[in-house]
Amino acid sequence: MAMERELARDLLSKVRNRGATEADVLVVETDSSTTQVRLREIEALKSARERRIHLRVMFGKSSAATSTSDFSRRALDQLVDETCTLARATAPDDYLGLPGSEALAKSIPDLGLFDATAQELGVEERIALAKQSESAALDYDSRIVNSEGAGLDTHASQIVYANTHGFVGEYRTSTFSLAVSPIAGEGGVMQRDSWYSVSRTFKGLEAPETVGATAAKRALRRLGARKVPTQDAPIVFDPDMAASLLRTIAGAASGTSIYRGTSFLLNRLGEQVAADSVTVIDDGTIPGALGSRPFDGEGVPTRRTVVVEHGVLQSYLLDTYCARRLGLTSTGNAAREAGGISVGSANLYLVPGTHTPEEIIGSVKSGLYLTELIGFGVNMVTGDYSRGAVGLWIENGELTYPVEEITIAGNLLEMWRHIDMVGNDLVFRGRTAAPTLKIERMTIAGN
Amino acid sequence: MTDTDLTPQRFFAEKFGIAQENLGRILGGALGKAADDGDIYFEYLVGEAISLEDGVVKKASKSVSQGAGVRAMAESRTGYGYSDDITIENLAVAARTARAIASESHQSGAVAVGPALPSSHDLYPVRTFPTDVPAEAKIDLLLRIDQIARAYDPRITKVFASVASQQKIVLIATAEGLVVGDILPLVRLSVSCIAEDGRNRQTGTHGGGGRYELSYLLDGHRYERFAREAARQAIVNLDAVEAPAGYLDVVLGPGWPGVLLHEAIGHGLEGDFNRKKVSAFSGRLGERVAAPTVTVVDDGTLPGRRGSLNVDDEGTPTGRTVLIENGVLRGYLQDRLNARLMGMPVTGNGRRESYAHIPMPRMTNTFMLPGEADPQEIIRSVKHGLYAVNFGGGQVDITNGKFVFSASEAYLIEDGQVTRPVKGATLIGNGPDVLTRVSMVGNDLQLDEGVGTCGKDGQSVPVGVGLPTIRVDGMTVGGTRR
Repeated sequence: MAMERELARDLLSKVRNRGATEADVLVVETDSSTTQVRLREIEALKSARERRIHLRVMFGKSSAATSTSDFSRRALDQLVDETCTLARATAPDDYLGLPGSEALAKSIPDLGLFDATAQELGVEERIALAKQSESAALDYDSRIVNSEGAGLDTHASQIVYANTHGFVGEYRTSTFSLAVSPIAGEGGVMQRDSWYSVSRTFKGLEAPETVGATAAKRALRRLGARKVPTQDAPIVFDPDMAASLLRTIAGAASGTSIYRGTSFLLNRLGEQVAADSVTVIDDGTIPGALGSRPFDGEGVPTRRTVVVEHGVLQSYLLDTYCARRLGLTSTGNAAREAGGISVGSANLYLVPGTHTPEEIIGSVKSGLYLTELIGFGVNMVTGDYSRGAVGLWIENGELTYPVEEITIAGNLLEMWRHIDMVGNDLVFRGRTAAPTLKIERMTIAGN
Repeated sequence: MTDTDLTPQRFFAEKFGIAQENLGRILGGALGKAADDGDIYFEYLVGEAISLEDGVVKKASKSVSQGAGVRAMAESRTGYGYSDDITIENLAVAARTARAIASESHQSGAVAVGPALPSSHDLYPVRTFPTDVPAEAKIDLLLRIDQIARAYDPRITKVFASVASQQKIVLIATAEGLVVGDILPLVRLSVSCIAEDGRNRQTGTHGGGGRYELSYLLDGHRYERFAREAARQAIVNLDAVEAPAGYLDVVLGPGWPGVLLHEAIGHGLEGDFNRKKVSAFSGRLGERVAAPTVTVVDDGTLPGRRGSLNVDDEGTPTGRTVLIENGVLRGYLQDRLNARLMGMPVTGNGRRESYAHIPMPRMTNTFMLPGEADPQEIIRSVKHGLYAVNFGGGQVDITNGKFVFSASEAYLIEDGQVTRPVKGATLIGNGPDVLTRVSMVGNDLQLDEGVGTCGKDGQSVPVGVGLPTIRVDGMTVGGTRR
């Protein structure tokens, strides 16, 4: 990464020569490959190398952020010009600035985020893996009648970050993801579902046969789905849906939503915002995990932050800017995007409880086991929540028939406070993970 | 790019040294004998975003993305290679990646490539691209918006606003040796307000734009209307009561509620899903899927609209495709691959997010043609129901046809009168039958203001929707009040 370090240093000295007081540069290079098969035949192959430079400059308390995929000398000179012009046009902001040099990462731990297999895997092997996983779904049952295919995606990235405090840090990451989307059909009705595995390492992927068979089971169990009458009932969130619910905490506890006043958790630090059984942690230091990295988007080391402890809101997720605005300290959650810095969670999880998923389902006399949510009906300002839902109906503690074309609705604060059972089945399948959760009561709209 | 003689072909020739004869050789390298189709796509995109919060503009960003991709297609297979470093050598590598799909070891000879064709439409002639207007003009606009929104009502406590601008230059060389380019402007103003009254805190958002100059936002004081509209919605929502839960009659207002069509039928009529027979609409051309008063079109040729294109991302001129005519399913939206495999005509709907993506059939501007009913009469016809006038996003499962879209401003209808505002709620239905329950179609077709972005398979593209006021006899409304 010597060339990228050189490029970063060069850009920093150029903007300094223009009078910038502070600046930072992020260089990201990614090799990616996509292999898609459908109905046992190869459907698409895609591969590429991409790179992008992100530049942020500050003139006192005014700043601008730019990025480009054009690495030519002329383009970079132009980038420097335009960034400086743009920064001078913006109004000053007292809280703006790089993290203090004392806050920057002193060492860069190897978190085991890179597996060179991402660049070494041959086309034939990729195709074979995707085909194996799709075949496992297609062969699982004669009612698997069609498929949207299976895909293996790999990414290998290198990240170099440098700023005008003299900090330079770098690391590599890789991701492997395998997904299968079979279609089950019976009596002229079709149902699609999917299953996936994502990992930093090739060995960490679930076996293709398991991914395919799980996808098939999920599609099959949706056959014969129907609506249920409108009612209030308990809802059991399966682990993926519980993780989706947990993302609402990440969004609402983000320092940006807090200082903007666009969060249902506003002014609730130290308050009970969830049931006693709910403890939520964000940890960017877990070896090999999908949300881990040695330092965040502005060079601050990642860390473990207890966001909610026994239902009490303990901490927001913060980058340097939000931290200064709120009179707090950065939690190492700065993410870099095209528009500059934003706040993002790392590995966010809900600490598992003691109940098995079977016990949780068994506790419900009549209610919904939720397996899919669709739509965007979440108002983060008020916490009002209303989304399309798919799942299985629970009767007398047993999963019975599939349901669809219904909504579930409530208010997030009420929902989090009424979690009355937390499962013991936490598995990291992505950056956000949660065990099976049960909410005592929500409104289901159907017939 | 204020140069009025700028053409995409000249731009890529001068900036990257890509000449007409290079295109033919690269295409030849991608295609081989077994390939049925292929293309090269060049893209250069400048994007800028300037935003306001706390009453000042302190955030500005700009980005440049450039790249080129080479695609080869054989039967239903696609090979695609791309690079953000546009050189002849990298394009040759991309061509080899693409060719691998046809299990092809031999490249064909160079494809005879002609000079660039003028595009068949000129839907967005602009003199000054919004990205070329200095930041100061946008900052001034944002500051005025802040004042207008705050002046609307003292309960408006926060205003966020942003101007996003783009200039995109594309050049497409097809397997037939046709070369076509386009230069696309895009501008969007977004305003969002927080209102507080001591008991409640609520939000309202509005905005608009399209393939216009920045001055579009100033014409007829459009930005003032957007600012007041965002403030008005936030204030209305302060008094919103719980939305009803259950199956009710629903009246959708004109304009943006057309997102119903996008989700309920639009995606299900995209060619790829129908060629693969995975759509709830597969094999149903010629069948009745809507009430006889319902006609729905997708039209990429409306001047200046956010979803409009002179040519699609495969170089096909856009057009107007009738999807549903008087209630009967008439057409699918096609790209080249799916049109070829289905033996159907291309419709100019092959779109991609960028050079890093493979084209797919996508919507452009999708709307229902107006009927004859007076909108007030439609509302009066409902005894007990929901009147929904503004929406957030939606989503659909194209295989079982179930779709949702979420109201952000809605009211109860009681005895034919619009009464109290209700909180946001998701509406859910079944695509193949929801339009059969459209019992009244208003005479007030409106297109949306120009804010829509559609996501499919991880690719986002700008789109438009439109709707006259309609009555739907029964939809499931996902509120909390029983």
